Amino acid sequence: MIDTFAALAHGMAVALQPMNLLYALIGVFLGTAVGVLPGIGPALTVALLLPVTYKLDPGGSLIMFAGIYYGGMYGGSTTAILINTPGESASMATALEGNKMAKAGRGGPALATAAIGSFVAGTIATIGLAFLAPLLVDFAVKFGPEDYFALMCVAFVTVSATFGDSPIRGLTSLFIGLTLGLIGIDKLTGQARLAFGVPELLDGVEVTTLAVGLFAVGEALYVASRRHHAEEKIEPVRGSLWMTMEDWKRSWKAWLRGTMFGFPIGALPAGGAEIPTFLSYSTERRLSKHPEEFGKGAIEGVAGPEAANNASAAGTLVPLLTLGLPTSATAAMMLAGFQQYGLNPGPLLFAERPDLVWGLIASLFIANVMLLVLNLPLVGLWVRLLAIPQPWLYAGILVFATMGTIAAKPSVVELSMLAAFGVLGFLMRRYDFPIAPVVVGLILGPIAESQLRRALAISLGDPIVLLQSPMSATLLGIALIALLAPFVLKGLDRFKASED
Amino acid sequence: MTADDPSGASPPAQGSRRIDRAGLVIAFALAALAIVLVVDAGRLSSGAMYGMGPEAMPIVVAVGLALLAIGNLIDALRGNLPPRESADPKPVLLILAGLALLIAIIGFGGGFILATSSLFVATSAAFGRRAILIDSAIALVLTTLIFLAFDKLLTLSLPAGSLERLL
Repeated sequence: MIDTFAALAHGMAVALQPMNLLYALIGVFLGTAVGVLPGIGPALTVALLLPVTYKLDPGGSLIMFAGIYYGGMYGGSTTAILINTPGESASMATALEGNKMAKAGRGGPALATAAIGSFVAGTIATIGLAFLAPLLVDFAVKFGPEDYFALMCVAFVTVSATFGDSPIRGLTSLFIGLTLGLIGIDKLTGQARLAFGVPELLDGVEVTTLAVGLFAVGEALYVASRRHHAEEKIEPVRGSLWMTMEDWKRSWKAWLRGTMFGFPIGALPAGGAEIPTFLSYSTERRLSKHPEEFGKGAIEGVAGPEAANNASAAGTLVPLLTLGLPTSATAAMMLAGFQQYGLNPGPLLFAERPDLVWGLIASLFIANVMLLVLNLPLVGLWVRLLAIPQPWLYAGILVFATMGTIAAKPSVVELSMLAAFGVLGFLMRRYDFPIAPVVVGLILGPIAESQLRRALAISLGDPIVLLQSPMSATLLGIALIALLAPFVLKGLDRFKASED
Repeated sequence: MTADDPSGASPPAQGSRRIDRAGLVIAFALAALAIVLVVDAGRLSSGAMYGMGPEAMPIVVAVGLALLAIGNLIDALRGNLPPRESADPKPVLLILAGLALLIAIIGFGGGFILATSSLFVATSAAFGRRAILIDSAIALVLTTLIFLAFDKLLTLSLPAGSLERLL
């Protein structure tokens, strides 16, 4: 406890340096600006802005990252409320009620309850992160390679199979990612796998190329292909931005309940903000004194899910920082951000670079305050960004998307891969395969393989080592149950009821 | 599962129990990918004395892909895929042409501004704009600003062609 306070105070001292405050401010601003663009979720926001941070020092760039991450979440909720296009499934609940409120001329209070709720949830969840992380680190130090491998198996299964619409399609996405992760030189024997004699493939597939291709190029192609269906409509922000006494009364409990759903579920190595947001939405509908307003613009239906969404975003940082385990597309992009400096999150990073880790955690608090102070007054500016005509918007997104790759590796092969991943992302959207497992598979696949090979090398090739460690045996059991559960429970219509 | 959803807004005319041809293609593509993995793994020599060599993981992934190919095949045969709306291939091809042009310009040393400007104009046209001259002007200004900001301020090296050397 005392240690945590000391570490956090030290982190604050790092984060409050004027240069780092400036980085946080730039991050918050860029994150909101990009996140507010329709169709761009927080994961793509981070992926697009990775190259911008490339030349900064690791500390400053991670602080900027924290701002981008939280800013992207803020921006996403603005889009969900003002045009009914959630950039990611976690904003769907927000869009449900928030867009109705905006149509009824209550867009101001909807934006306000989302912003203040995000602030409350983000702050509580970041406190949770600060206190939970050291405990988990103490625990994770004792992990052997077989335990890490088992943990990654849990993450693979939960991210792809357990919580999606179809376990088959989720696992297909994961295995595409695992296949991409195999490409390149095998680190233990120096042999090239799946490189087909192309020198650019020897280093493996860049995470940013994959993410930008799948998310940005894929999304642009997908939206272009169905442009003939319907035009989106921006709801103007009418009326006062301020919430009435009644709004506050109806919001604060929903914020706290949403946080209670979001943080623990986000912190589990299961990922996905969809579940806590929909749990929060259905809970608020049940507990509300105005159930008749749900579906027509109930403020609780914005406050709760939005808090749950932000709390779970902070929650996913727990496994990411302590175990190096990304459980959402956004967390995978954060990991890529660490990796571009050769940093590997995990217990070691807490021991070796406490200034970095705690500086990052402290800057999450600062980013949150900045977002609250900056964003409500600036909402007019963000609304204007939403009004960019679609052709220029997507043209600009693609220019930015290709710019990242051009800056990192201006080669024909790398750009062709970007285009190919764009086509892949388009096809996956069209045929309803989830995207995040591909990114998680690419990042975690090679790590899981090296942990497994290390474990088997220590045990002289005896696979029983995976079951001898109680930790690893338990985790593998959980992974197996999580894999089989969706097939067993197939008849159960899980969260569909709350969507209607 | 989604296709069975009675509340689904899709028109029933599509027939949720017909064989889905796209699903068949996906299943065969996965199977082909599995074969590629196995063939590639066959070339590798196992360097490790104990434990797993470099060929083990590709085989595991290939087995997974093969199983998933079967799973996708069953879904396709049962017509168990989620309903799809019609898609217009023209804008998709236009954007891909823009990307191809960008790659070609970068490949032949035409520089960042020209390459990204052509992608901008192609994408904008794909989204229904017909004012190519105005869009080209906007694209050139925008990409020049980006080039200056990133090349001069952030010192990221973007590929320079003859246009960039004038700046």
